[in-house]
Amino acid sequence: MSEPFDPARWRPASFLPEEDARDPALLFVVAVLCFLACLTALGVIAGNRAAQGWASQLTGEATVIVRARGGETPDAAAARAAETLAGVPGVTEARALEKEKAYELIRPWLGDVADLDDLPVPRLVAVGLDDKAPATAATLDKALKGQGLDAVVDDHSVWIKDIRHAAGVVRWTAGTLLALIAGAAAAVVAYATRAGLAARRDVVEVLHLTGAEDSQIANLFELRFARIAALSGAAGALGAAVLGAVLRLVGGGQGITPALPIAWVDLLAVLPCPILAALVAAVAARITARRLIQRL
Amino acid sequence: MRYGRGPEVLSDVSLSLPRGSFHFVTGPSGAGKSSLLKLIYLASRPSSGSVRLFGEDVAAMPARDLPRTRRRIGVVFQDLLLLDHLSAFDNTALPLRIAGHKASEYRNDVAELLTWVGLGARMDALPPTLAGGEKQRLAIARAVVNRPEILLADEPTGNVDHEMALRIYRLFVELNRLGTTIIIATHDQDLVARSARPVLHLDKGRLRPLPPQGPAE
Ligand SMILES: Nc1ncnc2c1ncn2[C@@H]1O[C@H](COP(=O)(O)OP(=O)(O)OP(=O)(O)O)[C@@H](O)[C@H]1O
Ligand SMILES: [Mg+2]
Repeated sequence: MSEPFDPARWRPASFLPEEDARDPALLFVVAVLCFLACLTALGVIAGNRAAQGWASQLTGEATVIVRARGGETPDAAAARAAETLAGVPGVTEARALEKEKAYELIRPWLGDVADLDDLPVPRLVAVGLDDKAPATAATLDKALKGQGLDAVVDDHSVWIKDIRHAAGVVRWTAGTLLALIAGAAAAVVAYATRAGLAARRDVVEVLHLTGAEDSQIANLFELRFARIAALSGAAGALGAAVLGAVLRLVGGGQGITPALPIAWVDLLAVLPCPILAALVAAVAARITARRLIQRL
Repeated sequence: MRYGRGPEVLSDVSLSLPRGSFHFVTGPSGAGKSSLLKLIYLASRPSSGSVRLFGEDVAAMPARDLPRTRRRIGVVFQDLLLLDHLSAFDNTALPLRIAGHKASEYRNDVAELLTWVGLGARMDALPPTLAGGEKQRLAIARAVVNRPEILLADEPTGNVDHEMALRIYRLFVELNRLGTTIIIATHDQDLVARSARPVLHLDKGRLRPLPPQGPAE
């Protein structure tokens, strides 16, 4: 025999049956969506970090191609260019590359060449730029022209622009993905709200006739689905964080590959997921419930 | 009034019940007793005509103002409409919760009321485990717990024995004495015959007021 009922210990029960809140299909779908959303977010963060790494490597340097003019030997022209460039403000270092080194750089396009001397390989000057106030390509160019040197300056800005552009595309794609996932989650919750309302018409009717406002009834569904989404969201986020941690461990210090570096702190990005999921679910459930209740 | 595009189930029904009155609504099955009560408890709106409650035309009232009026009305529904997943205690407390009262304010009243209707030992029971008469008394407890100004009871003694029917009747009389306007739809000729309350007789959707059937009380 159970204990006699004690009104003093009574706590108001949920107006909606608790067992409705344990729909495994809904929990699963929302958890999967949150998992995918978190992976997308982690992907963007890692991608951004990679792009930033590449871009900062490239912004730190420039390459100058020097062609000999007049009677000057290529080596002399390169040396003179290096000297000139070293004196330009915003340049930390300028070093003429030997012919062999320059050849190494272009060999993939040329193939093996028997006699290097037959080849008019241009000389290269590698320029290190000040990170804070790098000299612009125009400044370098002007300094070289001033010394009568025939040279082309490549400050890698084309590559940097490409990388930035790619990173931007990745961000937009991820943003679209996240919006789609949020939309899908909202749709699933709206569907579940509709089903929940249909299954509990009797409850809604009694509440209505007893004087409940539409918003009070909508609130029940809003809270219920927010709670479900928060739970599922936490599960999905945890899954994504575990996967992220595994990638990080497998990839060693650099992350899975240097192309997609995941840092431990990135895993914190999954934290807002349960809250965002709850918000999306609450809004979807509220709008759906209110619309349907008004039609009753 | 009519349901959807169906035939008119109440026509030419015109009545005015003073505050604090006590009426029976009688009539054969299908006569429109429940339909009449639904108009009053704002579950249906008349297809034409008006319904005035507390000095307001509720037939024309915007939907958002209905809850306020509904909270002043207690209803024992013909099919009870108890919530099967809630305990007797939770079912009874429902109108108070909806009206925004705090549990601490009403938990003792609810327990007292349930004891009064003879459900003191079944407060945590779920409706499906209650006997027919117990469910009926639970529905009555829920209808009166918020001290409504109007109490509508649709066949409130349909499932109970004669003695319990009288007890329920006396509860209604008591509430009426405290100022509640009471309307009871019933088939229970015996109850009506014993009572000195006026009778509204419905037949095929038409209303015929009858004088009190029983002796003065
Ligand atoms: N929801 C509904 N939809 C359509 N028709 C309805 C509905 N409810 C009742 N009716 C019809 O309205 C008429 C009156 O029904 P009502 O329930 O008011 O009768 P009643 O007097 O309460 O009968 P009873 O004594 O059997 O409860 C009946 O013909 C019934 O079929
Ligand atoms: Mg009826």
